[in-house]
Amino acid sequence: MSIKAEHINFLYGEGTAFEQYALKDVSFEIEDGQFIGLIGHTGSGKSTLIQHLNGLLRASSGTIYYNGENIYQEGYNMRALRSKVGLVFQYPEHQLFEIDVFSDVCFGPKNQGLEQDEIEQRATGALRAVGLPEKYWKQSPFELSGGQKRRVAIAGVLAMLPEVLILDEPTAGLDPRGRDEILEEISGLHRDRHMTIILVSHSMEDVARYADRLIVMNHGEKLFDAPPREVFRHYKELEAVGLAAPQITYIVQRLRAEGVPIADDITMVAEAKTAILQLLRKDPK
Amino acid sequence: MIREITLGQYYPVDSVLHRMDPRTKLFGTMVFIISLFLANGVPAYIAATVFLVLAIRLSKVPFSFMVRGLKAIIFLLLISVSFNLFLTPGQILVQLGFLKVTWEGLRTAAFMALRLIYLVIGSSVMTLTTTPNELTDGLERSLGFLKRVGVPVHEISMMMSIALRFIPILVEETDKIMKAQMARGADFESGNLIQKAKSMVPLLVPLFISAFRRATDLAMAMEARCYHGGEGRTKMKPLKYAQRDRIAYLFYLIYLAVLIVLRLL
Repeated sequence: MSIKAEHINFLYGEGTAFEQYALKDVSFEIEDGQFIGLIGHTGSGKSTLIQHLNGLLRASSGTIYYNGENIYQEGYNMRALRSKVGLVFQYPEHQLFEIDVFSDVCFGPKNQGLEQDEIEQRATGALRAVGLPEKYWKQSPFELSGGQKRRVAIAGVLAMLPEVLILDEPTAGLDPRGRDEILEEISGLHRDRHMTIILVSHSMEDVARYADRLIVMNHGEKLFDAPPREVFRHYKELEAVGLAAPQITYIVQRLRAEGVPIADDITMVAEAKTAILQLLRKDPK
Repeated sequence: MIREITLGQYYPVDSVLHRMDPRTKLFGTMVFIISLFLANGVPAYIAATVFLVLAIRLSKVPFSFMVRGLKAIIFLLLISVSFNLFLTPGQILVQLGFLKVTWEGLRTAAFMALRLIYLVIGSSVMTLTTTPNELTDGLERSLGFLKRVGVPVHEISMMMSIALRFIPILVEETDKIMKAQMARGADFESGNLIQKAKSMVPLLVPLFISAFRRATDLAMAMEARCYHGGEGRTKMKPLKYAQRDRIAYLFYLIYLAVLIVLRLL
């Protein structure tokens, strides 16, 4: 089962002086259990695109199928869709409102109309899954640090037990350690629960490490849709649209330019290290 | 979904009216409003129509944009028209049970409707062609004389421009918060009044918190740039009258004179 988008167009401010294409003929299919990295610079349409996937925005034209069903058909249950396709927005400040962390996480399952026991069970499970220490559970969400707030926000969506989890820049504004921790937890959800993950990100290093497929957006259009290795091979085109490949790709390319016979699809530091060590060993000198 | 709000909206094109000094436009709007209350006959309304059409043509803003503002007063318009239509005594035209339409009623209702519509369109010509900043700048300068009697004109206009500046930001933020909560299954539409009010809590709490945070940040940023009120503050773009403003004032004078003459006739 999957998410399938067909020829999605989205216009902002239709019929005014500000009319503008935010999405232009975007099509793709996302299989169950994939880890997708969605990249593009500011204003490339990635945030607009993810809001289509759970029906918060309605395409000006085109269709979206979730598990084979057209979500725009008459009488389709959008609220049910939103609990299946969980979307975590960039700023946790936009969704935290309860007096303590635990009640805030309960908001989603409560809206699903579950029993109190089930609600609490899910909130507990979600807070454990994001690794938030229990001592924070009864604190006000506004007193937490940026990283912890982000965890609560993710837990708030996870508690609805979605099948697909979309995260809009979950690491923006976090220090390197907080970033690595959050990404590890997200990757854990993908590994252990086989959740489909769509990670919107600026950081090429992050997506190279975790995603098994990259979708690159530029000016509302899909530019690339391929595994990270293949996408980063086009690093010159990425630069032309204001993006870049992981830094290690540049080092590898420079080495190749100097005549070092190293593979050209290396995207991670660890990989490069192994390859370089291998070359050094082979080297007769 | 909430972006539809068109409060004090500025329409960015280049026209004579856009380049005009905000004080001239403020004064012109005032003259126009006064003229609408002076007008009491067909010739006066023709003069007002000419004035308005001229302003609309000069502004280069699509007419459909100005009509949008009318949506807000449609209810008021209906009430005032029906009151005038049915409750004015005089020569009876049609009798519908206890409701009677008089010739005088028809006339007052038509003029009243026209007056209200012109009022809204006339003031939207000003807001569509003037940025909120220019507008408050113009107000500050025009009302500068009130400073002498102790009215904090600068502070009021600064508050006004900050408030205007924050409307689109808060609208956008509301939209984002609504979406974030809808992604968690929140429902803002269905339910009775009490349920609806309750469903607003997840929207209002983050909105208030962010508004307070923004206010502190802004205050700090202003103080960091040594803001200490209007005393001795200079402007990067001081308001200056140009030839077109003088022509406009001359035109206002003639227009007002015509209206007064028509009134006295």
